[in-house]
Parts: sequence; structure tokens; C-alpha cells
Amino acid sequence: METIPILKVGDCLLISIQVDMHDRLAMSLQNHITEQVVKHHARGVMIDISALEMVDSFIGRVLGSIAAMTRVLGAETVVVGMRPAVAITLVELGLSLGTLRTALNVEVGMELLGSLIDASTGGAFRERQAD
Amino acid sequence: MNVKRTEELVLAQSEDIVRARQTVRAWMIREGFSLVDQTKMVTAASELARNAVDYGGGGVVLLEQLLEGARAGLRITFTDRGPGIPDLELAQTDGYSTGTGLGMGLGGSRRLVNEFTIASSPGQGTVVTITRWR
Amino acid sequence: MTTPSAGKWAKVLAEDKDAFLEHWLREQKAVISARPDLMVDSELRRESAEFLDLLLAAADEGAAADISAEPWAPSREYLAGISRSRAVQGFTPTETATFVFSLKQPAFALLQAKLKDEAVLLSEVWTFNVLVDKLGLYTTEIFLTSREDIIRRQQAEMLELSTPVVQLWEGILALPLIGTLDSERTQVIMEILLQSIVDRSSGVAIIDITGVPAVDTMVAQNLMKTVAAARLMGAQCIISGIRPQIAQTMVHLGVSFEGVVTTASLADALAHAFRLSNLHVSQAQSRS
Repeated sequence: METIPILKVGDCLLISIQVDMHDRLAMSLQNHITEQVVKHHARGVMIDISALEMVDSFIGRVLGSIAAMTRVLGAETVVVGMRPAVAITLVELGLSLGTLRTALNVEVGMELLGSLIDASTGGAFRERQAD
Repeated sequence: MNVKRTEELVLAQSEDIVRARQTVRAWMIREGFSLVDQTKMVTAASELARNAVDYGGGGVVLLEQLLEGARAGLRITFTDRGPGIPDLELAQTDGYSTGTGLGMGLGGSRRLVNEFTIASSPGQGTVVTITRWR
Repeated sequence: MTTPSAGKWAKVLAEDKDAFLEHWLREQKAVISARPDLMVDSELRRESAEFLDLLLAAADEGAAADISAEPWAPSREYLAGISRSRAVQGFTPTETATFVFSLKQPAFALLQAKLKDEAVLLSEVWTFNVLVDKLGLYTTEIFLTSREDIIRRQQAEMLELSTPVVQLWEGILALPLIGTLDSERTQVIMEILLQSIVDRSSGVAIIDITGVPAVDTMVAQNLMKTVAAARLMGAQCIISGIRPQIAQTMVHLGVSFEGVVTTASLADALAHAFRLSNLHVSQAQSRS
């Protein structure tokens, strides 16, 4: 069965979703990410969804769950690159994903993740970057 | 109103939901719908296909290309042979759900399309029809 | 009227097709001759000949005058195509409907010359008359819907023109809105603003409603949706230009912009946007 690759960069996990996920694949991604967060003691998770042409309530809910679960495990999650048409549709659908952290693109997402990690660790991310 | 073209897909497992949305996307592109319209219809189709697979025990989805005067549209009908929905009004309220979803399926889909009809009775299954005009 | 005699007129027309076509073209040109700018002779001849073939083919199948029936589908589609293209070219409804209605004169003349039995003649003329009337009305209907389409498209183009997204600073966009916000316009505005946010990777967008005369529940809801969609994409919106009068009606109506940063003026919004972007504006040291 196909899986979505998870890259480890420093303290962070990077996931770029490039395929139209069926429900089981989305669930397995959720399991996979939480396992990897624990295994690598990750502080941040970035999920790039710029390739996704559609996010329905199921995928939206999975993204929300991933963020909530990683937060419990001590890692902040940022979802980046949501397309305008996808965002409009999600709002119309009634899914506002209020607690989900978002950013325009990977670059901005990385900055946001850095400041979130700093805020929760007292500057660990910046120290690392300076090394 | 003329039906110019039809296509039928079987909904049995979660991969079929993906196939349904890809087919709907292809139809919407061919019919010249805007990107936002495409996305809304594909999302609504995904929600309803999932309902049919997860709660209706599988079913079929029928796509129809419509022509009414000078306006063109796409109509999609989801039919399942599941347990049916006893209280339709309640089922379309946001937040209502029998399964594990957030309960955005029916009420949310209604907001994404131009026309929405649903017929269901306990033991008879459910038929949902959505239409989007260009 | 269910007898195959419904097709007798067609046989008469088919026997003298070429002469009939010429007569028909003359009738059409009597009306459209004033518009050589819009229609080339050869094109009119081609369209007329093609439609005549479809018409006779449909009648050949013994179809009665129910033009919504299947045998008439090719004729209908051909007429719809002609109607649409003429609506775009700027023909009047009369000129467009003439294409069909001008069939009557030559057909009556021909039927009168060929059918000796008066009862048959009357019945055939009547059948043909009813058919042409239906086709004519259909043509006009398509013509009108095509015109409506054109108007709708022009409205959409105007909507886009009336939505200027300007960049105030790197990463800060502003959208000054002027005029009434109906839900269709808000939809277009939403799409344009969100696309601009991606195109110029702007983290902050200011929606200025100084020029919007009234904010009711619907408008507020639409603005809130825009803000929510922008947030999902990772951008923050500020709504500025809320006049005292509008603030008052909003509170009376129970409309709220909960969870959204709102400011009275565009200047306040820009100051807030600078703060969000970690930018500081300060007075330069005087040289003197």
C-alpha cells in the first residue's frame, strides 16, 4: 500500500501531500506522523497541502486531529499552502478549523514554526539555527 | 431539460470515493466550470459518496450532463441501499452525525451546490441528488 | 394528425429543394439585407441549406410538430447554434427569428402550386405553420438566454474591474471596496483577494469598507467568510473603514465581526498591519 513520505529536518517533520488521499491513507498518515513525532522527539510538524485540489470534511478533520495530537506530544503543527478555492469551499462547508495553525507557503511556515517552538521552549529553535 | 450524457460509478470502498471525485472533477472541467465551482462540486460529491460507502453500505453514483435552454449543468445522484435516514431534517443540521465525522456531510454539501434533494425512508436506502448550473 | 401525412409538405419541399432554397434566401435577405456588415452571403446560404436538410430529414422520419421530440433534436441544436452566434454578432431578435419565419412564404407558395386537393393543402399548410411557429419561438428563446449570458458575462467583467487589489507594502495588501456588496459581488471579491494573497505572498490583507453604504447581516457574513478562508490559507485580514453610523446599525442588527480585527480608518489598519508584520515606522532624525 502507498504511503506519504515524512522527512525529518532538524527538530521538524516535513510532509508534502502530493496525492488525492483516500480515507484509509489519510488515517494511516495520521498514525504515521504521531509515531514519528514520538520517535524523533520532533518539536514541529509542517504539512504542505499546496498540491491538494480538494479538502473535504474528512481530510479537514484529519488535519485538525493531527495538529491536536502532535500538540499533546509536544510538537506544533503548521499546515501550509492551502489553495484559495479549497479554502473558500471549506468555509462554505462549515469547517473553519479554528485552532489549526496555517501559513501561506513553506518559507513562511518554517518561520512560524520556529517562533512557535521558541515560545514553547524558550528559544531552542533559534539556538539550533545559530549552531 | 435534456440529459446529454451520463456515466455511472459503483461506490463500494474508500478508493471509490477518490474515483468519484476525480470523475466529477473531469466532468466539471469539460463543462467549463470555474475552479471554485469545480472544487465545491467535487467536495460535495466526496461527502455524499462517503456517506453512501460508510453508512449506506455502498451504492452507485450517476453523473448527468444537463442542457436547459442555453444553460448547462451537472447533476449527480447518489443511491444507496443502506438503512435509510429516519429524520431527514435532523440529519441535515450541522453537527449532526451518526458516524465518526464532524457531521458536515449533508448540511455542508447542500451549501456547496445550487440544487439539493434527498429522499430516504428507513430500510429503503437513501437517494441524494445535487445539481450545479453554469 | 398522427398519420404519416405530417410529412407530405416535406416531400413537396424536397422535390423542389433548390428552387425553394433560393426563394427562402430571397425572403431572408429582404429583412437582413440591411446588415451586410453582419452576415456574409455565402455563410447565410450554407446555414440555410444545412438547416433545410435537417428539417426535411426530421419530417422524413414522420415526426409530428412536437419539436421537443427526439427526431427534432438535430434541428433544434442547429437553430440554437445559429441563435447564439447571432446574439453574439449583434443581430436583433426579429432578424434572428426571421431565419425561421421566412420559411413560411416560400413554403406556402410551393404547397399551393403542388397540392391540388384543398383539404390536404389546408392540413399541410397548417401543420407546417404550427411547426415553424414553434421553431421560431424556440429560436427567440435561445436568442434571449444567449443575450442574458452575454449580460451576465459583462457584469462579471465589471465586477472584476471594480475590485482593485493594491499592495501597500511588501506582504500587505489592501482592497478598497466601493458600492453595494451583494452576495455575487462578494463572491468575486473573495476569489480575487484570496488569489492575490497567494500571488504576492501577502500575510496581511486590509479590506476597507469606507465606500460601502450599508452593512447588513448578509454582507457581514460574507466578509466573515472571506476572513475565515484567508485564515485557512495562512493570511490575516483586517476590516477597516467602519463608519460610526455603520457601527451603530451593526450593533442594532446584532451583526458582529467576532474574532476579526476591525479599525475605524485605513490608517489604523495599516498601523496594525505593520505591527503584525514586525515593521516599525519612526520619524527620521532631522538633519538641521
